[in-house]
Amino acid sequence: MKDNNRWLPLADIRIADMTIVLAGTGAASLMADWGAEVIRIEPSQALQPVTRTILAHMPQSLIDANKTWYYAFPNWDPGDHPWERYPFYHAHGKNKMSMTVDLKREEGRQILKNLVAVSDVLIENNVPETMEKLGVDYEELRSIKPDIIMVRMPAYGLSGPYSGYRSFGSHLEGAGGHTYIRGYEDSDPSANEDIYFGDACAAVSGAYAVALAIRRLKRTGKGGLIELSQSEALIPFFGENLIDYQMNGRITGPKGNDLYDMAPHNAYRCLGEDRWVAIAVGKDNEWAGLIHAMGDPDWAQDARFATQPGRYQHRRELDERINAWTAQHEDRWVMEILQENGVPAGTINDVSDMLTDPQLAARGFFEEFDRPYTGRNKYAGIVYKMGNTPNSVRFPPATLGQHNNHVYRDLLGLPDNEYVRLEREGHIGTTYGDNVP
Amino acid sequence: MLQAALEGLKVVDLTHYIAGPNCTKLLADYGAEVTKIERPITGDGARQLGPFPEDVPHLEKSALFLHLNANKRGMTLNLKSVKGVEILKELVQRADILVENFHPRVMPALGLNYDILKATNPELIMVSISDFGQTGPYRNYKGSEIVDYALGGAFYTTGPSDRPPLKLGGNVVAYYAGAHSAVATVIAVLGQMQRGSGDYLDISIQQTQAGSPDRLGPMLMGHQFNDEIWHRGASRPPVRPCLDGYMNIQIGGPRGPERVGPMLGMPELASDPRFADPIEAIKPENQEAFEAIFLTWLLEKPMSEAWETAQKGHVASGPIYTAQDILADPHFRSRAFWEEIEHSVAGGFEYAGRPFRIPGEARIRRLPPPLLGQHTREILADIGYDNNAVKSLRKEGVV
Repeated sequence: MKDNNRWLPLADIRIADMTIVLAGTGAASLMADWGAEVIRIEPSQALQPVTRTILAHMPQSLIDANKTWYYAFPNWDPGDHPWERYPFYHAHGKNKMSMTVDLKREEGRQILKNLVAVSDVLIENNVPETMEKLGVDYEELRSIKPDIIMVRMPAYGLSGPYSGYRSFGSHLEGAGGHTYIRGYEDSDPSANEDIYFGDACAAVSGAYAVALAIRRLKRTGKGGLIELSQSEALIPFFGENLIDYQMNGRITGPKGNDLYDMAPHNAYRCLGEDRWVAIAVGKDNEWAGLIHAMGDPDWAQDARFATQPGRYQHRRELDERINAWTAQHEDRWVMEILQENGVPAGTINDVSDMLTDPQLAARGFFEEFDRPYTGRNKYAGIVYKMGNTPNSVRFPPATLGQHNNHVYRDLLGLPDNEYVRLEREGHIGTTYGDNVP
Repeated sequence: MLQAALEGLKVVDLTHYIAGPNCTKLLADYGAEVTKIERPITGDGARQLGPFPEDVPHLEKSALFLHLNANKRGMTLNLKSVKGVEILKELVQRADILVENFHPRVMPALGLNYDILKATNPELIMVSISDFGQTGPYRNYKGSEIVDYALGGAFYTTGPSDRPPLKLGGNVVAYYAGAHSAVATVIAVLGQMQRGSGDYLDISIQQTQAGSPDRLGPMLMGHQFNDEIWHRGASRPPVRPCLDGYMNIQIGGPRGPERVGPMLGMPELASDPRFADPIEAIKPENQEAFEAIFLTWLLEKPMSEAWETAQKGHVASGPIYTAQDILADPHFRSRAFWEEIEHSVAGGFEYAGRPFRIPGEARIRRLPPPLLGQHTREILADIGYDNNAVKSLRKEGVV
């Protein structure tokens, strides 16, 4: 059994969570992991796409035609409750409670406001228009709870020409300058697949906003509206390129796996199918370690490789040489012998490697939970350790409406007959109706 | 006047390169008083990384260093000297937070592990950022931007399927770990406010990747659900050329044509059975047909017009911007995102601003990034060293 009664630094904080997809839900996760009572407010009559699943009623044929990670329901079967079986939800749902309410109806919006009245924070990352349609803005919330903290994290902020624009992480990454510089030198941005780094970046920035606002609340008694522009959270991750443009008029382009003048610095092929090791040599002593690990081959004594600028200048030739060596060995063996020789190197882990990675395992990173609809699985756990504050995942991703009883009865003080009425009227529930797409 | 969110917090900053400095940058940008400590003569290694004006290395002109270290005061200190360690302890005694990102063997070797520092300052929050964490079999391994991404992140599935795995742009893995560390630090501060005692944060960059809300999370779950290994090339690249650049416009998905048809001025596409039916729509021949229609439209449009049209039709989208585009963009300008900072050696530049602003908060003072050792004298004066004492410390090579 998990010890759910241990002291955690955010245990006195309640967060009303209206976040969607990855960025907002990721921000809420970082608070939930350290004890905040995060209550996901899940619209009972409208599915949040991707956040819970793609469609409330997933046609099997659609999945059969798309057997990719994006559609990877257990055994490729969405079942009758696809919102309980979708990988994205399982990736962000741990440690958070779930309540349902129909926000399209006035009564539902009143329930939301009642929850805000007993919460410290409301966080959301919807298109601004969505919140306006709901009539949920800071002024309204402040009239209910004067010291409420509202964190809004739209793609481009709440002011300026793009304030209403819709963008997911992969679009933000374009506008934030990441997509252009990510790629091989000889290809253009259209070769790039989607990654969601923009979401991850917005998630930590959103969590930071919440944490700062809580400190301010505790010191001054003041809440407030914090507006986080996801694109402005991302742009500083490339701050040096922006200064470089001002210094030199230079536009940084894609550089493959190069970084500064490090060489060898790449992904190298190993024995087996699609197996790789990353090697990053930035110093002469690391180069010496690499040569030694390779068994002191004659070619490595070439004077052109004796200095870092020389290695960088001839890096493609070096890559070929090193590939010829790594291709004869297993990735783990290469990593270990290189690390023994003081060379930064790591296996390029696939998802299976990740779940069995000795370092993550030794630090107890993945935690196993049983849960209805999906059975026993490993969940990514608490990201960092606090020496004086032991912590672990408290509970797995909630089923839809799992905490309705806690929220409606314990927090909002609803009598039984009212609870039953809201259930009958479709606010309180554990499924989506047939009419919900 | 309202205070800055982190006003009153004193941070001793032993960090260098990227992850650690990005953590203390975020603390400084919201009002914490950060004292950056660098080794004498060469300083933070980021000072040597550049980019530099005309590519000529100069300790005070590295764009990377400048970007990461505004708003901090700087001093030099030789931690390899007994007196240097003693001064550091004096600074830590008066501080709320100590952040470091040395290899895990360094701080214990200097006699500066948490247990020792806590004895002089029980309320201290010490933050250690390292590639793999302070414990575990890889504790002594050497990491880097790509090695940490390899072992912890989505490196394996990033890039085109016919080529080796491809890193992310620049140093984003290190930046991300730094931002994550700033969140962790403030959460520890909130704990300290309640409990009155400090804490020790052990942050592994590998683990920040393994737990990041990027594709990896859903992929780890989907793997367990189906026993599949995901490779590169799992999804269709979304970026397409337009008249003067590239755009990423969301044209797919089960409800794609409903919105994309009208965007293209061809509402009839929404009812075209080749595209409207989600099963038909993903057949290669129909995807190609749709792509041809879309590209014909897109190739005639400049980036700004394509983006505006897509957004008017509520189609999620974004342009592929270069550094030049971002600096010129009227939206970020209208929001006063850029912050002009004048530096006595490097000159004046517009720096990328902060991810969010707290309303009513006093405008944070803008300190230029410190020259190497710029504030040594005044920081030492704060803890009781007079001019003569500082002079002799200089002579001894301590500062």
